[in-house]
Amino acid sequence: MSNHPAYTKWADNQLAKSLQRFPERRARFIHHGNTEVPRLAVPADIDQNYLDQLGFPGQYPYTRGVQPTMYRGRLWTMRQYAGFSTAAESNKRYRYLLDHGTTGLSVAFDLPTQIGYDSDHDMALGEVGKVGVAIDTLADMETLFSKIPLGKVSTSMTINSPAMVLLAMYVVVAEKQGVAMADIKGTIQNDVLKEYVARGTYIFPPRPSLRLITDIFQWCGSNTPAFNTISISGYHIREAGSTAVQEVGLTLANAITYVQTALDAGLELDVFARRLAFFFNASSDLFEEVAKFRAARRMWARIMKERFGATNPSSWMLRFHTQTAGNTLTAQQVDNNIVRVTLQALSAVLGGTQSLHTNSRDEALSLPTEESVRTALRTQQVIAHESGVANTVDPLAGSYFVEQLTDRIELEATDLIGRIEDGGGVVACIEDGFIQRQIENSAYDYQREIEEQERIIVGVNDFVVDEESKPPLLRVAPEVEDEQVARLTTLKHERDNADVAASLDRLADKARTDTNLMPLVIACVRAYASLGEICDVLRGEFGEYRDRQ
Amino acid sequence: MKSIDDILAGITAGQPRAIGRAITLVENQQEGSEAVLSHLDSLVCNYLVLGITGPPGAGKSTLTSRLIEQYRADGERVGVIAIDPSSPLSGGAILGDRIRMMRHAKDPDVVIRSMATRGRLGGLCSAAGSAVRIMAASGCSKIIIETVGVGQSEMDIIGLADLTLLALAPGLGDDIQAMKAGLLEVVDLLVVNKNDLRGAENLAMDLEGVARQREDKYGLPTRVCRTIASEGQGIEQLVALIAELESLHSESGEMNRRRQVSRNREVVDWGLDMIREKLEPLAALHKHEASPQKTAVQLLQKLWLDL
Amino acid sequence: MTTKHRILIGKPGLDGHDRGAKVIARALRDAGYEVVYTGIRRSPAEIAAAAIQEDVAAVGLSSLSGAHLRLFPAVVEELRHGGAADIAVLGGGVIPEDDVAVLLAAGIKAVFTPGTSLEEVVQAFAAVCDEQ
Ligand SMILES: Nc1nc2c(ncn2[C@@H]2O[C@H](COP(=O)(O)OP(=O)(O)O)[C@@H](O)[C@H]2O)c(=O)[nH]1
Ligand SMILES: [Mg+2]
Repeated sequence: MSNHPAYTKWADNQLAKSLQRFPERRARFIHHGNTEVPRLAVPADIDQNYLDQLGFPGQYPYTRGVQPTMYRGRLWTMRQYAGFSTAAESNKRYRYLLDHGTTGLSVAFDLPTQIGYDSDHDMALGEVGKVGVAIDTLADMETLFSKIPLGKVSTSMTINSPAMVLLAMYVVVAEKQGVAMADIKGTIQNDVLKEYVARGTYIFPPRPSLRLITDIFQWCGSNTPAFNTISISGYHIREAGSTAVQEVGLTLANAITYVQTALDAGLELDVFARRLAFFFNASSDLFEEVAKFRAARRMWARIMKERFGATNPSSWMLRFHTQTAGNTLTAQQVDNNIVRVTLQALSAVLGGTQSLHTNSRDEALSLPTEESVRTALRTQQVIAHESGVANTVDPLAGSYFVEQLTDRIELEATDLIGRIEDGGGVVACIEDGFIQRQIENSAYDYQREIEEQERIIVGVNDFVVDEESKPPLLRVAPEVEDEQVARLTTLKHERDNADVAASLDRLADKARTDTNLMPLVIACVRAYASLGEICDVLRGEFGEYRDRQ
Repeated sequence: MKSIDDILAGITAGQPRAIGRAITLVENQQEGSEAVLSHLDSLVCNYLVLGITGPPGAGKSTLTSRLIEQYRADGERVGVIAIDPSSPLSGGAILGDRIRMMRHAKDPDVVIRSMATRGRLGGLCSAAGSAVRIMAASGCSKIIIETVGVGQSEMDIIGLADLTLLALAPGLGDDIQAMKAGLLEVVDLLVVNKNDLRGAENLAMDLEGVARQREDKYGLPTRVCRTIASEGQGIEQLVALIAELESLHSESGEMNRRRQVSRNREVVDWGLDMIREKLEPLAALHKHEASPQKTAVQLLQKLWLDL
Repeated sequence: MTTKHRILIGKPGLDGHDRGAKVIARALRDAGYEVVYTGIRRSPAEIAAAAIQEDVAAVGLSSLSGAHLRLFPAVVEELRHGGAADIAVLGGGVIPEDDVAVLLAAGIKAVFTPGTSLEEVVQAFAAVCDEQ
């Protein structure tokens, strides 16, 4: 509480409006002993610096969060990334998760799907159903969401280069369920730029890829207004070995590129900007991570308002999903991973995330088992309901340490963005390897620190024990691949192949024009053209990106 | 695959394993390398050695991959020697050029070999020169040497090529200015790659200006060619230009002159390598009383007697 | 003259996470090896063909997607097919304990599971290179 006029103004406007629209989870939030937990702690002497750098939650520059009441209003979405094997198996796991209190689905696709190959492609050998679910045609997608009401759940799909095809399938499934387009909620990752530097599931060269992304922005803007059209991801950049500063700098540089491309294509800034989402990593350095999330939010607000001139406050807000850092998990003493994940998840919550995936303890070994997935979800629930951190907004604000870290990250990440722009922008810097080198150098340094014991990883380079017991592992049966291929073969016989060919021809015809390709892809999907067939048409028109150093 | 005869037979049969082994032998100057090399010349047919140099990131490897494509379409067998610098600290190297040429990995008529500079003076030339001959003996009619255009040893490599092409691209910074000075003197063709990027037009015009000045001095025009290697654009024109220069040089005798010069250089390289090998232990044993220069004379005289 | 050892680092299959592969390539370079890196998303046949042309002493494979049981032995097979059974194949990635024995039996010379130190990896390569 404060008497400062700026505070009063915020309380009377943003806060009041928010409380009215989204009442808080409880009438009172208390400590044991009935003392009330303040909604928002502020300095006794609010000065201009405070207002410029921090402000109030739900208010520019959003350092303290994107909503005025944050988790007092609604907890973050507990969204567990899952998917493996076949659509039917994954469907079972989703329904299990929904039964246990997950509030959003997050679909993992296998690598052939992510790279636009059907399960019967040569390169798919050994990969079908391994790191996610295999989707070849609309039929698989129908199975995947069978008995899951797409008008109610929000679904996040980790799909990038062929995002348009999977989105088209999702839209058609929803339509078949009778869900109105306006009610479709969720996110596609659709962030191709980071694939070239960190994750590797690219198909087409950067420029045509950017065009597909822009087509999606435009189509969703007028058809599925509640769907997030991209999740600009620092997560994988960090997993590839970057520092926290590089994670923010490179992610926002990518974001700037997407915005600029869409503007160049004539899209309306304040229409598409609201549907940009972000995805960050929660790694082990607790305070640096909290500062990172806060800095990213402030930077994006400034970029959107000052650089691009966005006028709608929703365009200024950086909303993000977080996942705990898979690369910090160890195969040794796997239970330690639960503790790591807890700390990392805490940093995401203290940093104001909108949704969160917590990794499972056994992920350094294989796909997570059902039991370890449940523990990971319970970790979030303990933080949400027991730790008390969700009862107040941005609790670390004003810590000298955290604020200095936040400022430093903003400064250094801004500097990195500047260097990329001097180097001709993100695409040019990918092509000459500048970005890849930045990440590789950091990854190598980190590994050396571990080797030289400058950095201790418990159970790995210190506190080592001889382990006997092996945790149970989940494996994808090799038959899954053969079965999936058989299903695809049957379907290719049974569908109307003239219809398929015609829809693919129409797509090929228009691929090089500036017609929006989304409706054409929807038509292909509806005819049960396969993902591989659709991507092959586009490969023919756009070429393939095959190099990376 | 132990005997030299096997290796030689394998080379003529175009067997990848034999070619690979043979290059390793000569690169490491292992036993048998001389025997391999001395039998090669009789096997070698007509071939053209094309040098591609330029700053990192200009698109040399991508261009190389495209040239391979073109030459393969004409039914030619192609060899590539891709050279990257060794780390001065550890002597190791990461050789990454092949990444951009992997689309040819399964083509038996494309022979690619990555080499590190190994910080040798001259030695690289003998190794690369031998590799050229091994590839030629295996039936390669086009052999491309890719090297970063900095440093003396890379400049020497250029001497191995019948024709040299300098690849540049916009946005690579000031290095280009420095490179232009020395390299423009020795290259036969200028390629402005990444013609899709901003700044390509300026770079090309700039280079055309420089090329015109050179025309006055030597009477031979340096052509400037524009390409988008990543999309395969401009490659046909480039191949045509290369062919044009090749026949020009063959007719004028320039090709033979160059081969003679490069052959001489290789002889000198081999000689220097051999002398070094003998000289170093001698120098180590020698009591240094006279000046270094005088000592060298004494040692060489001693060597002279020994050889 | 010293004999330099050449090593090829490859990523068979579709997995694009090459952080580990690159870190190992660098560590080997820093240990004095010449390392040919062939990039991500390569078929076993492509990797073997490159290894033969480059005449490396050893091939290091990395796979994090769980496809190692199919892909690593395929590289061994392709090398044998190309008359290069003497080129050692080593592999690492997210590989469960139970699979290690299977891979070793299929001719993989050493298998690195998560948490293996760089030093161990470099030593394993040194061991197979010195045998040659
Ligand atoms: N935009 C554009 N990028 C290219 C072109 N040619 C190559 N590149 C990219 O430039 C980068 C460096 O190419 P590379 O062939 O490795 O260059 P090198 O270091 O000179 O061998 C790669 O990312 C290529 O895909 C081109 O014509 N246009
Ligand atoms: Mg290169």
